[in-house]
Amino acid sequence: MPDLALEDVKVLDLTHHVAGPYCTKLLADYGADVIKVERPGLGDSARSMGPFPGDAPHRERSGIFLHLNTNKRGITLDLKSRAGAKVVKELARDVDILVENFRPGTMERFGLGYDTLRVVNPGLVMTSISNFGQTGPYRDYRSAEIMVYGMGGEMYSTGLDEREPVKLGVNVHLYQGGAVAAVATMGALFASRLQGLGQYVDVSLMETQVGSIDRRMSMLLTYQYTGEVTVRSPLRTAGYPNGVYPSSDGYFQVSGSRNYFPRAVSMMGYPDFLDDPKWHEPDAQLDADLQEEFEPLFLMWTLERTKYEAWHTAQGSRVLSAPLNTMEDLAHDPEFLRRGAFEEIDHPAAGRLKYPGRPFVMSESPWTVRRPAPLLGEHNREALSGLGYTDEDMVRLRSRGVI
Amino acid sequence: MANLPLEGIRILDITVVWAGPYCTSFLADLGAEVIRIETINTFVPLGRGSMAHPTEAMLKSMGSFAGGTPDRLPGKRPWNRFPLFNAHARNKWSVTLDLLRPGGMDIFKRLVKISDVFVENNPTETMEKLGISYSLLKEDNPEIVMLRMPAYSNDGVYQNYRAFGLHIEGVVGHTLLRGYEDMDATANSSVLMSDATAGTQGAFAVMAALHYRNRTGKGQLIELSQAENVLPFMGQPFLDYSMNQRSASAIGNRHPSAVQGCYPSKGEDRWITITIFGDDDWEAFIGAIGSPEWAEDEKFTDSLSRYQHQAELDRLIAEWTSQLDHYEVMRRLQEVGVAAGPVLDQRDSYADPHLDHRGIFEEVTQEDAGTHRYPGTPYKMSEYPMRIRRGPVRLGEDNEYVYKTLLDYSDEEYAEFEKQGHIGMDYADDVP
Repeated sequence: MPDLALEDVKVLDLTHHVAGPYCTKLLADYGADVIKVERPGLGDSARSMGPFPGDAPHRERSGIFLHLNTNKRGITLDLKSRAGAKVVKELARDVDILVENFRPGTMERFGLGYDTLRVVNPGLVMTSISNFGQTGPYRDYRSAEIMVYGMGGEMYSTGLDEREPVKLGVNVHLYQGGAVAAVATMGALFASRLQGLGQYVDVSLMETQVGSIDRRMSMLLTYQYTGEVTVRSPLRTAGYPNGVYPSSDGYFQVSGSRNYFPRAVSMMGYPDFLDDPKWHEPDAQLDADLQEEFEPLFLMWTLERTKYEAWHTAQGSRVLSAPLNTMEDLAHDPEFLRRGAFEEIDHPAAGRLKYPGRPFVMSESPWTVRRPAPLLGEHNREALSGLGYTDEDMVRLRSRGVI
Repeated sequence: MANLPLEGIRILDITVVWAGPYCTSFLADLGAEVIRIETINTFVPLGRGSMAHPTEAMLKSMGSFAGGTPDRLPGKRPWNRFPLFNAHARNKWSVTLDLLRPGGMDIFKRLVKISDVFVENNPTETMEKLGISYSLLKEDNPEIVMLRMPAYSNDGVYQNYRAFGLHIEGVVGHTLLRGYEDMDATANSSVLMSDATAGTQGAFAVMAALHYRNRTGKGQLIELSQAENVLPFMGQPFLDYSMNQRSASAIGNRHPSAVQGCYPSKGEDRWITITIFGDDDWEAFIGAIGSPEWAEDEKFTDSLSRYQHQAELDRLIAEWTSQLDHYEVMRRLQEVGVAAGPVLDQRDSYADPHLDHRGIFEEVTQEDAGTHRYPGTPYKMSEYPMRIRRGPVRLGEDNEYVYKTLLDYSDEEYAEFEKQGHIGMDYADDVP
């Protein structure tokens, strides 16, 4: 067993859905000992999100849950009950980090606010992830993933100028929020380990968008500097070849316009029609008539090739480019496979499946999968007996619906 | 006051454009001494600008991304006025040093000796040309942590493949998962999410390695492929393929189990997003918009039929939203507990009462760029104010500190390095 970067770090994980679990997944996958607490009966809401094998909902077979909770141990606790909250307090005494993403005020209602927990563990790092943060006029607003992107601001410039703004795919903002929370949490862990300083970290998903996704910070600053507002682009912009083109088997994206045009000519194998000096005049790239003449000829070039053929050829001429992969294409990409970018994980209820692998490779303290996502309440006995609860206590807790 | 968490950690930074620089901005915010190693003899496009010496006319002909210096003017030193750079360059230091000129590598190696971390995000062959590798760094500093952030990898077929974030997104499958559901992928606009995620997870990686070093005394090499770093974000569609051999496609602004869209509001190019999750939300929503007759239609009575008739529903919702200011739509719907929020442009963000309350923007003065409000750290810590302690660093601003204080060079040696073209605060006149 290799050394793991965070193997001496203990985490109590009171998160659900996407952003919080991704934060604690990063910690767990690089070695932290993470105990995840779920509601008895239903568990984490992600257990009902899917995807499911054969589209048959099953709380132990949700793809998103299985993915986000690798390497965590799982227990169930009714936090609304006094006995449940007491167990959390006992667990919190012995951990470095507690992460939660309930609505603001919920932990206080459980009697588990930071002011209470810091008393039992002065060095505790407590990270709260919420839609808008723990303070401010929007604190208690309802939210949705699309709203996070919209209020973060980058959505305003995503899409076409003639259409409504459009969001990104599948919860990516929430993952990014979780990653920012992991950075902040690690910062706080340093202060705790090196200076004995516990603290409370307040992560607002809206702010993680304002301050991070897609260079939004630089767009905001550009407005400060110039008063200019960034808007969505038209479907066709000047310069060629540039954008997404159909290939024989899908789509190929290329940025070969303007200064890059000579590389694009090389990519196309110096076809005769491009010998004409008119293509190489200083303003040729801005000439709409020339662009109209070029586009169908270029389309013939892309349509004669698969997206990977076009990509490899383009890269041979150092042209910025990419195939637009489907999930199937991605799962079969030979380089990703060779590098071990995916991980096969066996799970008692979901079976053996291929998962996305490590976000980065560490030479000395690797990313590892030590256990699959927990079954609901799988580690109740182990965790509670560790706190000194007897079998009899556990029966009592179970009968009262606490675990 | 307590020390910032990474106080005492020195980070050498040869990063470009956004993914790398964004990574080190997190580490700088947390108190690390991030020293950018720059050169006055060559210019990286989209580093400190689109070119070293743009004229006023050139800046005015560029898009705001490339030419958005204060008031679109070059100023005396345009390279200290570029928003893409200045947005990440807070709390950092800058030294100039030309690794390709005689003596450059010696200075560099002295810096390596006294540093904890080295970060770069260049194509693999660029670092090879400079002769910088993990084994080289280890010679001078066995405990160093090196973070490399190539587009795809530092080995194999893709190691020198050229990519911006928008290309990486195509390869990892995100591009085909976003965009308008009624248009094909050729209508997709560019987004550059992988830069932000790589920067964030890169900062996490460095801290994980430093934590490990604190415990074991061992440094290490971290390879963060910007493409692979996004794979975990594709969890849902990837597992859907694993489980069901299905490749998902774009669903635009739709939600798999709610009525959801982005609707026009009053004014020019103003938008609001609304998500109506279930029957309770629906009742609340209908009440808030004045219980119109159409809401009684059996097409809209339950979640499934609302989902099936969402195109028609979108038009009816838009009729209501387009009469109101986007903030007013949010206020009215949030009052009844329905998720609704305006799509903020930059004007809105700077005027937003919540962001203002949270103190997201900080006024910062930098000599060449003037005084402006900058977006700050995207989280709050109870024991630290997390303020911008230094404005966006100017080229070569910390030469004296690095050469004389950190590296102990004499005034004579400093003058000699100046003559050799290592030290300066201006790009050479012949740099385009």
